[in-house]
Amino acid sequence: MPEAPRRPTPQARGALETGTAGQGHLSDVYTCRVYTPCTVLPMSIGHTLLGLLESGPRHGYDLKRTFDEKFGQDRPLHYGQVYSTMSRLLKNGLVEVDGVESEGGPERKRYAITDAGITDVSRWLMQPEKPEPYLQSTLYTKVVLALLTDRSASDLLDSQRSEHLRMMRILTDRKRKGDLADQLICDHALFHLEADLRWLELTAARLGQLAKVVAP
Amino acid sequence: MIPEGSLLAAHDLRKTYGATPALDGASFSVHPGEVVAVMGPSGSGKSTLLHCLAGIITPDSGTITYAGRELSAMSDAERSALRRSDFGFVFQFGQLVPELTCVENVALPLRLNGVKRKAAERTAREWMERLEVEDTAGKRPGEVSGGQGQRVAVARALAASPKVIFADEPTGALDSLNGERVMELLTEAARSSNVAVVLVTHEARVAAYSDRDVTVRDGRARDLEHAV
Repeated sequence: MPEAPRRPTPQARGALETGTAGQGHLSDVYTCRVYTPCTVLPMSIGHTLLGLLESGPRHGYDLKRTFDEKFGQDRPLHYGQVYSTMSRLLKNGLVEVDGVESEGGPERKRYAITDAGITDVSRWLMQPEKPEPYLQSTLYTKVVLALLTDRSASDLLDSQRSEHLRMMRILTDRKRKGDLADQLICDHALFHLEADLRWLELTAARLGQLAKVVAP
Repeated sequence: MIPEGSLLAAHDLRKTYGATPALDGASFSVHPGEVVAVMGPSGSGKSTLLHCLAGIITPDSGTITYAGRELSAMSDAERSALRRSDFGFVFQFGQLVPELTCVENVALPLRLNGVKRKAAERTAREWMERLEVEDTAGKRPGEVSGGQGQRVAVARALAASPKVIFADEPTGALDSLNGERVMELLTEAARSSNVAVVLVTHEARVAAYSDRDVTVRDGRARDLEHAV
């Protein structure tokens, strides 16, 4: 059975929807911790763990360590997530227990992927992800509201632009100091922020037109 | 009006081409070793601002101060001498001299400042190595790739140990990968040598290599971080 994609936490979602994140400052919305899970890692943990099992059987701890090393730079997995996911995969016949070891401590199960699991990973890998259309934009709503309430939409766009660039600087710096994996992860986020910026600039150039439409 | 510690500062610059205002009260400053991106839509006046700051064109009014000296009080000859000794330039299309080899191009600012050929080319080769284009030393600009040519241009801008580099869309003609590498090398070299960079760009990913950005819109420069 296909896994549900990993989503931002309700707190992060709320922050993105309302434009506030805990401390009530817009900059918190685009911290790596919030922004990255939304755009870089909308991944299925189950499929990823299954994929890691293709190279051979592993314990839950080993799976967590490998996952964190390769994909969890900003958001390592909790042990609970690993074990609940493995239980689900086991129940669905996508993995099987390959052996149980205790070695003086608690029992540790070693998991192996099944043929059904391999088929499921293949299907997931080859199925294109649905492109996110971003039609419900908080920024658009803010611009329209600013125009409707006679506030400066231009100032709003400028300060948002500055905030985006600030985050782009942080990511660029991290990319410069990081390895290839870091570079690719940051590039993904940078291209999304750049797309936002292009929209901000285009909207700034069309504010006059927009004002006539929304607040005639 | 000059921000404390700034190396180059402009205040209330105005410049008109015919009836068209290009700069309408623009102010700007950069500190030693600081990389400032100048952004803005096409025709907003960002290149005019850069040319005024570099003393290439003279504003109709306003002041530009470099290291405590007023640029408008200098003669053309003094401004040219200042550009040779203290300023470096990188443009969108390298603008290397096609008849010279790459190492001769990089050595050119030093030669113009009176450095002997051997010493100038030794310094040029050191900069080319730093910019990862030492292999192009004996080639002419027409024989190297766009990315290599632009790195040669950056090496040339840095070779005469300038205090300020003016870069006008330095990655505009390059693909993403080459553009990023040029920016990495340019900003690393500038920061480690305490050289200020005034970077005109319309690309946010290029501007992200700066320490600060200033937006030029309708001839006015807005510095959001410092505008409180």
